[in-house]
Amino acid sequence: MAHAVEHEYTTTGLNHRKMLMWVFLGSDCLFFGSLIATYMVYRGQSLVGPYPVDIIDIPVTTISTFVLLMSSFAMVQALAATQADNRRAIVGWLMATAVLGAIFIGFQVVEFNTFKNEGLTLGGNLFGATFFTLTGFHGAHVTLGVIWLVALAILGAKGRLGPNTALDVELCGLYWHFVDIVWIVIFTLLYLIGGFDAGPTALPGG
Amino acid sequence: MAAITGVIPRPTSYAGLWGWMTTVDHKRIAVLYGVTALILMLIAGVEAGVIRTQLASADNDLIGPGRFNQMFTMHATVMVFMVIMPLSVNFFNFVIPLAIGARDVAFPRLNALSYWLFLFGAILMHMSFVVNEVPDAGWFSYANLTEKPFSVNRGLDYWSISLLVLGASSVAGGLNFIVTIINMRAPGMTMMRMPIFVWMTLITSLLLVLAFPVITVGLIELTMDRNFGTHFFIPAEGGDPLLWQHLFWVFGHPEVYILILPPMGVVSEILPTFSRKPLFGYPFIVFSGIVIGIMGWAVWSHHMFTVGLGPVATSVFTITTMLIAVPTGVKIFNWIGTLWQGAIEFTTPMLFALGFVALFIVGGLSGVSHAVAPSDFQQQDTYYIVAHIHYVLFGGSMFGLFAGAYYWFPKITGKMLNETIGKLNFWFMFIGMNLTFFPMHFLGLNGMPRRIYTYSAEFGWENLNRLASLGYIILFIAFLLFIYNLLQSRNSRRVGHDPWDAPGIEWSIASPPPPYNYAEIPQVLGRDHYWIVKANAEAAGTPITAPEPLVEPSSIHMPSPSYWPIFTAAGVALIGGGLLSHYAISFVGGAIAFMGVISWGNEPPAAPADHH
Repeated sequence: MAHAVEHEYTTTGLNHRKMLMWVFLGSDCLFFGSLIATYMVYRGQSLVGPYPVDIIDIPVTTISTFVLLMSSFAMVQALAATQADNRRAIVGWLMATAVLGAIFIGFQVVEFNTFKNEGLTLGGNLFGATFFTLTGFHGAHVTLGVIWLVALAILGAKGRLGPNTALDVELCGLYWHFVDIVWIVIFTLLYLIGGFDAGPTALPGG
Repeated sequence: MAAITGVIPRPTSYAGLWGWMTTVDHKRIAVLYGVTALILMLIAGVEAGVIRTQLASADNDLIGPGRFNQMFTMHATVMVFMVIMPLSVNFFNFVIPLAIGARDVAFPRLNALSYWLFLFGAILMHMSFVVNEVPDAGWFSYANLTEKPFSVNRGLDYWSISLLVLGASSVAGGLNFIVTIINMRAPGMTMMRMPIFVWMTLITSLLLVLAFPVITVGLIELTMDRNFGTHFFIPAEGGDPLLWQHLFWVFGHPEVYILILPPMGVVSEILPTFSRKPLFGYPFIVFSGIVIGIMGWAVWSHHMFTVGLGPVATSVFTITTMLIAVPTGVKIFNWIGTLWQGAIEFTTPMLFALGFVALFIVGGLSGVSHAVAPSDFQQQDTYYIVAHIHYVLFGGSMFGLFAGAYYWFPKITGKMLNETIGKLNFWFMFIGMNLTFFPMHFLGLNGMPRRIYTYSAEFGWENLNRLASLGYIILFIAFLLFIYNLLQSRNSRRVGHDPWDAPGIEWSIASPPPPYNYAEIPQVLGRDHYWIVKANAEAAGTPITAPEPLVEPSSIHMPSPSYWPIFTAAGVALIGGGLLSHYAISFVGGAIAFMGVISWGNEPPAAPADHH
């Protein structure tokens, strides 16, 4: 990762890896798009409870959403520190991002457990299946991001991150912000809008 | 992890089996793709043979319905995902870096990872034969037939998990080629100077990275239904089998263009070469390719007309489907325009390219006939559909890929395939193909449904079926001729760097190309670069007779071989294998994949020893 920078010639002037990351995120959009479409198609189609209104806890998830959004702020600071070649700040902000991401995951673990205890399971109804699949794959993305951030922080502690290798941090940042944005969509659809669904008949025209 | 990176020294040699396993050279990866796909083609061809033998006579009981279902499922799955796609990728790998004047793809190790994921995915799929629990729900595996109560054994799990691995391979490959084509063009190679094959590869790669996530979600939901108790596609629990059909075809229709656009690109290279004139209407071919790439997303429901989506959806998809025939027709007219008044040479690649145009027109016309919903209601699930897809995928894709094989073989190996055997190969394939698939139009219109393992003599389908089975034998001989031609080429004479007097820039370097491709990155003068160079040299009185001179390979900085792509791919395959057997294996696979990725990240793309 952090080896002498080669100024490779590229046709567009954009680095290969950066372009790869952008195209990959485009691909991931379709992945989450399909999962979200599945949720939307099955919204209000569960034959038995628990229904969203019974268990969705908007205040608690608002806190974890806030935590995740703040992690994006820390990520921006980590990149700025890398470009400014401030080693202590690099490690600090990268770890802060990772910790905030881990707290978000912690909230999700607690939420999943609570929902399970309240009777929401993968096999119980369509709401359970779509909810756990969509938020579970998002959580897996966050987990991968946390591992990536920790790996970067280790590199940073070894002094291998700096202005020449800022791209390593920037790529992780692109991924991290993307995962964050996906959560904003999920939070809006599954919690703020869908969180009040009470059953098959509660939807207009449902 | 770093310790392990340190303990195992980085591979340095390209020699022997180990060299092939650690290679990151796009030209060697191309060969790996090609050879693997041909072996799989033999398997899929044998499966087709079983199908044709079973159907050759009425009331046949050679194999039962169960085995028959496995045969058509695996034949189609293997041909689509493990033969036509990798054969196209074989040409992406070999030709794209050469054709844009680059020394390799943008991510050589990612490229190797794509290949190993493809190989391991294919092996995983075929393990289903070992445990005799073979997928048997058709290549589009409609829910809810695929659910546990109706498909009890693990066949469908093998199917979905192997396809997930193959999908990862395709997405990685697509990402790589998008970046390579956009970002690694030689100076002067503007977008509108790119060879059509490069354009079609770019569009195909975009389709790959955007379409595969959709089927990935479908496959994940299917796997969860079968293994983790969800009810995504089970109507009794509120699920909807139609969701599977939508997810499948939102992927599946772009997939059709993933299969046909690369061969269209190949043909667009070959027709000008052997007509001795530039491609007619280059911008029209480019933009019609782009339009196909976009419109391909707006036609998927024509696979579902008989589901009953209602008159509005059916009308909309009828119209979009008929519209997408326009850019396809534009291409065909441009190809014919290229031939017009050309000095046509009937070499083997040219014959295959002409066969492509002719047969694809037949397939395209039957395609338009089921774009019309009322007529599609008659054709749905009959042999008419089987005839259509084989005209576009065999007469189209396969002929295009064979044309490419004959065309680029001298560049890949430095030796020619035998032209006489090649022409025999073409005529056997052309006659066999029409004999096999043309009668299916009539069978379909006479009401023979697809996917039935036998039929009663009184329907009167026996003679045409016999003809189709006879055609299969001829097709199989054509395939054997091709393999023989490949094998005998070891003894054939070496040819020059430019045996076809071709326009592409890849013909300016030695055959086979040196590991670094271009000693000096070329300055591209225009479309048909090498024709321009040769004409200029001719005008100057110094015609070109030799390729670009070779240089000492170590003087050029190239990516070093690496263990980690095959290592990581093995880990990913073990995760899949574990889901099919014991979850413990999945954890081992996960650990291996994780270690592979970390070591990969710690390893610089090129070993520091061979600095520039």
